[in-house]
Amino acid sequence: MDLHFGDSKPTDEERAAVDALLGPPESSWEGADRSDADLRWARGGREARDRRDLLLPGLHAVNDRIGWISEGALDYLCRRLTVPPAEAYGVATFYAMFSVKPRPATVLHVCTDLACAAAGAPELCAGIETRLGLGSGVSVERSPCLGLCERAPAALAIKAGDPVRTAVSAPATVEEAVLAAGSPGSAPEEPPAALAVPQAGQDGLMLLHRVGVVDPSSLDDYRAHGGYTALRRAFELGPAGVIREVTDSGLVGRGGAAFPTGRKWQATASQPDRPHYLVCNADESEPGTFKDRVLMEGDPYALIEAMTIAGYATGAHRGYLYLRGEYPRALHLLEHAIGQARARGLLGDDVLGQGYAFDIEIRRGAGAYICGEETALFNSIEGYRGEPRSKPPFPVEKGLFGKPTVENNVETLVNVLPILTMGAPAYAAIGTGRSTGPKLFCVSGSVMRPGVYEVPFGATLGDVLTLAGVREGLRAVLLGGAAGGFVRADELDVPLTFEGTREAGTTLGSGVVMAFDDSVPLPRLLLRIAEFFRDESCGQCVPCRVGTVRQEEALHRIVERTGADAAGDIALLREVGRAMRDASICGLGQTAWNAVESAIDRLGAYE
Amino acid sequence: MTVTPLGIPRRMLEFTLDGEEARVPEGSTILDACRAAGKDVPTLCEGDTLRPKNACRVCVVEVEGARTLVPACSRKAEPGMEVRTDTERARHSRKVVLELLASSVDLSTTPKVAGWLKEYEAKPDRFGPDAARLNEEPKVDNDLYVRDYDKCILCYKCVDACGDQWQNSFAISVAGRGFDARIAVEHDAPLTDSACVYCGNCIEVCPTGALSFKSEFDMRAAGTWDESAQTETTTVCAYCGVGCNLTLHVQDNEIVKVTSPHDNPVTHGNLCIKGRFGYQHVQNRD
Repeated sequence: MDLHFGDSKPTDEERAAVDALLGPPESSWEGADRSDADLRWARGGREARDRRDLLLPGLHAVNDRIGWISEGALDYLCRRLTVPPAEAYGVATFYAMFSVKPRPATVLHVCTDLACAAAGAPELCAGIETRLGLGSGVSVERSPCLGLCERAPAALAIKAGDPVRTAVSAPATVEEAVLAAGSPGSAPEEPPAALAVPQAGQDGLMLLHRVGVVDPSSLDDYRAHGGYTALRRAFELGPAGVIREVTDSGLVGRGGAAFPTGRKWQATASQPDRPHYLVCNADESEPGTFKDRVLMEGDPYALIEAMTIAGYATGAHRGYLYLRGEYPRALHLLEHAIGQARARGLLGDDVLGQGYAFDIEIRRGAGAYICGEETALFNSIEGYRGEPRSKPPFPVEKGLFGKPTVENNVETLVNVLPILTMGAPAYAAIGTGRSTGPKLFCVSGSVMRPGVYEVPFGATLGDVLTLAGVREGLRAVLLGGAAGGFVRADELDVPLTFEGTREAGTTLGSGVVMAFDDSVPLPRLLLRIAEFFRDESCGQCVPCRVGTVRQEEALHRIVERTGADAAGDIALLREVGRAMRDASICGLGQTAWNAVESAIDRLGAYE
Repeated sequence: MTVTPLGIPRRMLEFTLDGEEARVPEGSTILDACRAAGKDVPTLCEGDTLRPKNACRVCVVEVEGARTLVPACSRKAEPGMEVRTDTERARHSRKVVLELLASSVDLSTTPKVAGWLKEYEAKPDRFGPDAARLNEEPKVDNDLYVRDYDKCILCYKCVDACGDQWQNSFAISVAGRGFDARIAVEHDAPLTDSACVYCGNCIEVCPTGALSFKSEFDMRAAGTWDESAQTETTTVCAYCGVGCNLTLHVQDNEIVKVTSPHDNPVTHGNLCIKGRFGYQHVQNRD
């Protein structure tokens, strides 16, 4: 590797931000002052290159402290990690939360996605921009879904500094959002996560039963409410026993792909190549999805316990928790919880005195929906652009750092706790034959009590909407998020199971149930979905990179048209959509046409 | 003619290609098998000496049991696989992908693509006159290369050639995301301020002419570039003792550009700045 660095120098503060993460540089080869020793030997090479995965944390360090990433800061970080500046520039420009151009220290992200748009985000944005005007020291950015749909519309303020300060305003008003941006440190605290769980405290909950009941910052409280009994049982069963229980439970992945969890664990555990890795996918970025945030904010120790069990079962000694960058409160709570667990011997070299070593590292995403795709997530952790890899090889064989890796979504992992405490047969008895256990749904939009609902598989869409109190004039429900599909108001008897939704020609996806009433202009909604996919496409493959743009253009052309006027463009959309679905590398391109197609076919949009 | 090493013997595996038995050495891709069977599957981003990136998706074929189409260039043939290369579904995807590409970039200097557009009845114009495209001026910031992003299909071949697969300079990468993604050097600077060592290996692998010799670019602009009038002569580079092969492209008794044979087992098409660009002394007639 022949590295070349330009003349740009970091400022003292930029250097301090990087050094706070990596420690001070040891020689001039990595950015320190030249010493006599540097003339005699070179440092860096493989040793430094092995730290490539610290590139993303390094970019965060600079962006958090300064608010943007200058040439000098990027070059210094590259020198420290022996990363070519062109590659690091490619990575820095991939993520929406980073800027390589100067900008104000405070950025106010205002959500303009589906639930927030329906709740008045356009007016909110306009109002905030009028109030803040030029020279306010705040950069207002329209953001994709912030995962705060139950409190729409939402805004997130991030003020760079040491430490970085964040504040959430939701439901946001112009005044509150401006206040949060002006002084994030003294903004009013967010309501507790339990407020997003209208069922909080009710009997019979399995995944949400501690949310609102325990103090999310207290390990003792967690243990007093049944915490760590599942891990003890895991140690009794042994790794193979745990995998058997999970397999027998019938648990399938809750992230959207519905792959049998036990089979994935078994496939990883049996790989001879070492080490094995565990990755928890907490990059919840599907518009309308916020269940993982609520779980992490309301019951963070549950996720840590579940990750420990998954690591134990699959032979991993290191777990990466990839958390989306827009979840500052979940980050703080999880950081605290991991520290407490480590201090009490529940993570570390000898978990619970059982001779099993396991630790968890949190990695923050930086604003890229695509990083929820499992292989893109690996690239992101490794310090590359978050572009999906071709499969095969599959992650169980070659995943993170090219090693066997099991990747599970937050909700999937949390299900492992009741499986172990109640036993596989009792768990498998919940739900339907092929969709077992409880399921979380994120209900938002035109309902009285938006939030996360837990129901056993088999409940119908109507049941869930009744729980949330659907408002008058329901026109359509978006199931599964932007990558999912619409169903009509007269289709509420769809059973919310994997097989039931498949039979009905739709999908459960990530568990989004977003209700829209007559007042929501459907073509505008579809346009927002198309805009979302165009923005979030990584750009690697042609069908997705160009197809999502052509889809958005066609929807723009017909936004106010119907019938024969729209027919030509709808035919075009169908052709492009089919090619995107068939020929894209990953799920993003493959599903980017789903919601629009369902709106045309099931709702009769543009008729 | 250069010698191609045979490598270690490999086992043969059998699978079905368009209903017929195909036998290929283990490790072959579907594309290898198609080519061995004389089938024409279009490819743009595939490079003979680089690992397949499968980004362009024009080589997609149908594999029995797979939910989506698969890229022939990178998917390894497996025993018992049933592959169909010319189904309506595969042809539809190729047609639309060609349309999407041709509507967003200038493919006028991409070999073979005009024939494929015709064969698949692709109509890139049907996305309308307002269809987004790059429309960027070529970047001319040095005397050796021109970067014309209007012709770039983001195949990543230049990135791979500059990086760990060929040159190890790592001077170029993909920056940005989605439709705004661009091949760029660090900080999007001019080439002269970058880590580029001017080996020209990125030009060697560029499938569309987005990267070209300044000499070729100037001649095209002047209307004097005439490939049919050019001869190609492979010789040995005289600069150092490595013995790299050079292919001199000569038009009107002037060297107009230099490439290198990819089947050379030592260089695989790689050259350095002297071999690639240092040819003026040959034709210095003073």
